[in-house]
Amino acid sequence: MNAELEELYQSIILDHNRRPQNFRAMPDATSHAEGVNPMCGDQLTVWVKVEGDRLADVSFQGSGCAISKASASLMTQAIRGKSRTEADALFEKFHALVTGRGPGDDLGSLKAFGGVSRFPLRVKCASLAWHAMKAALAGEAKPVSTEGAS
Amino acid sequence: MTANGGTGIRALAPRAEFPLLAADPALHYLDSAATTQKPGAVLDAIAGYYARDNANPHRGAYALSVAATEEYQRSRDRVARFLGVADSDTLLFTRGTTESLNLVASAWGRANVRAGDRIVVTRLEHHANFVPWQQLALAVGAEFRISELTGEGEVDLEALRALVTPNTKVVAFAHVSNAIGTVNPVEEIVRIARRVGALAVCDGAQSAPHLAVSVDALGVDAYAFSGHKMLGPMGIGGLVMRRELLEAMPPYQMGGDMIASVGDTATTWNVLPHKFEAGTPNVEGAVGLAAAVGYLEALGMGAVHAHEKALARYASERLGAVEDLRMFGPSAERRGGVVSFTFAGIHPHDLSQFLDADGVCVRAGHHCAQPLMRALGVGATTRASFYVYNDSLDVDALVDALEGARSRFAVGVR
Repeated sequence: MNAELEELYQSIILDHNRRPQNFRAMPDATSHAEGVNPMCGDQLTVWVKVEGDRLADVSFQGSGCAISKASASLMTQAIRGKSRTEADALFEKFHALVTGRGPGDDLGSLKAFGGVSRFPLRVKCASLAWHAMKAALAGEAKPVSTEGAS
Repeated sequence: MTANGGTGIRALAPRAEFPLLAADPALHYLDSAATTQKPGAVLDAIAGYYARDNANPHRGAYALSVAATEEYQRSRDRVARFLGVADSDTLLFTRGTTESLNLVASAWGRANVRAGDRIVVTRLEHHANFVPWQQLALAVGAEFRISELTGEGEVDLEALRALVTPNTKVVAFAHVSNAIGTVNPVEEIVRIARRVGALAVCDGAQSAPHLAVSVDALGVDAYAFSGHKMLGPMGIGGLVMRRELLEAMPPYQMGGDMIASVGDTATTWNVLPHKFEAGTPNVEGAVGLAAAVGYLEALGMGAVHAHEKALARYASERLGAVEDLRMFGPSAERRGGVVSFTFAGIHPHDLSQFLDADGVCVRAGHHCAQPLMRALGVGATTRASFYVYNDSLDVDALVDALEGARSRFAVGVR
């Protein structure tokens, strides 16, 4: 195992892949959206329940690689209870981290995705749930695709 | 990399003749179904064309343009001979299989398929032989039907026979499946299509590189292939189609070279093959492809097939002994040089990333065959595919890397 791969597949990522959190449908969600990665066929759905300006609950289901699944799982934990603005700001920081444009300070557990920046093809895996979450908040009915977004 | 022992399967083509492989002895390239590595002979042919013969063919009266034209035509003749096509004017150069199939669906399809007609494809198809037909059916109001497979992942001929009704205009099928390696009984499928006068369209992307193919003997109406999957460069491939069909159907693209004369209000078309080759042709690609088929002819396609078969058999044996590994498709005896599998609950995308760290290049994903993946009940598989430069050490490296990935993912201690 080389060092870059160790960095990519940190144990927290493998743990969340094996035991994803908030991995459930949400019947009383205020909105949901599907994210697909046409390159590898990964597909997941993100549900959000918005109360006032807060994301009172966030969940997801679907199939995908360890990076996309763990990212979805950690995202649901990170943005639960946050305001839309805070969630947006987190995504910006997270995206900067995985694309190698930011240090990922204040990202907590999400910092584990720092290794993704060394594998440009995996940025889409790490971002899939986030794009779906943003689409859900925007009330988009169409599935979001990783093509055209990264 | 250690020397191959007496018991192993040696490479059919010396690794030293492939500059990329020679430069990286630790690389185990097992993704030739996606694209093959290129022998130095192909690279030299391309460079040689530009160094000696480059000009725009079919245009200038000067000697250099004539040389380029001759090189282009010689390449066509050579590829036609390789594929058992007697009338080389019916071999059109295209960008590859995808463009060839789109050409048939657009030019022939739009002129011949009407509302109420039926188009039949198989569940095995690559998107390139699926989506153009699906979209043609939607555009003209034809019926699009998918012939299902047996449990072994082979075309169910009974089901196909039942689907190919008298209103069927097209039967489109792969010769060899890119995703799971199934080799289809082409003659039988052609017979079924013939019975109702349907166009038999064969996707040969995975057969031209691996089998001794005679398109004339197969009896198909259209046969599509790609150069880059058979040691040639990217961006060149071809379509072989029966002369009377090509002459009757409208052109695919309009422009230079494909016209006989252009009036202010009407245009007449050039003869075959030029009618279907608008614009400056890919001479470098054609020359490279001709060198590639020359290389394959020297190896002998019988030997190429036997070599891949031996590797596929060896891979099936070794992978069959790996715990938590599930292989898809027919048994190695009835399959091309492709092994498609899932392993230990590790997503193929993650698995291929781990294998890559050990120098093993495999394909992960849906292999542009999502309709097939749905039928198999998986989102993705990992695919190893073999070619002339692979040996049994490549298979051994794959198996070792799988065990490494298993322990890294700590399956079984959850």
